[in-house]
Amino acid sequence: MVIASKNPIHSVLYLIITFFAIAGHYIMLNAQFLAAVHIIVYAGAIMVLFLFVIMLLNMNEETEPHKSTLLKFAGTIAGGLLLLVLVASFKNINLTSISGNDFARADIGLVKNLGQVLFKQFLLPFEVSSILFLAAIVGVVVLAKKEAQ
Amino acid sequence: MEHLKMLPIEHYIFLSTILFCIGVAGVLLRRNAIIILMSVELMLNAVNLLLAAFSVFHGDAAGQVFVFFIMIVAAAEVAVGLAILMVIYRNNHSTDIDLLSKLKW
Repeated sequence: MVIASKNPIHSVLYLIITFFAIAGHYIMLNAQFLAAVHIIVYAGAIMVLFLFVIMLLNMNEETEPHKSTLLKFAGTIAGGLLLLVLVASFKNINLTSISGNDFARADIGLVKNLGQVLFKQFLLPFEVSSILFLAAIVGVVVLAKKEAQ
Repeated sequence: MEHLKMLPIEHYIFLSTILFCIGVAGVLLRRNAIIILMSVELMLNAVNLLLAAFSVFHGDAAGQVFVFFIMIVAAAEVAVGLAILMVIYRNNHSTDIDLLSKLKW
């Protein structure tokens, strides 16, 4: 539905539904922290950004560019073939060693345990990602400011 | 702690595969750059879901931390991508990617 609807706003709304479904999967996996972060970051921030840009650019079905039928056909075939190959290869793998676990540590998704790992084992990547964010902020401001001149 | 009976990991693998392939098909099928960015988000989410599922099934919290980092990178990527898109729209008055062929030889 995200890729099939003609109107970009409908695509965004379907994408929000998909994100909430994925958040539900995180809750089912007992990863509450990830579910909360996922909803806040994706549904809260990224989707608002998408909607904002789409409405700023005033997009609707009339402005939607169209591909030729041949290209659409080729894209569908290529995507379907990729799905077929991946599913066929995953069908044969042996996962009994993983599936055999009896989930002895079902609480790893909680904030306390994730914080222990994040701020001890992964402290340097955490700080590096903050620098990445700083660079992204500066880049976005520079890109968006060009119209002033 | 009482928790639900977990789905087998194979179901998560297939769900992620399907989501990822929908994302790939979206990138291939659509010409609107915003939809392509959304398809990229879909692919990142498929990988995130599989990473979280394997992390839970292995009982290792590192996988969930990786998911967290992927989310950070995805947020930065979307912000920069949409800013670039705004500049493109300002120049072309369209977000059709077929107009962006100036780098083509």
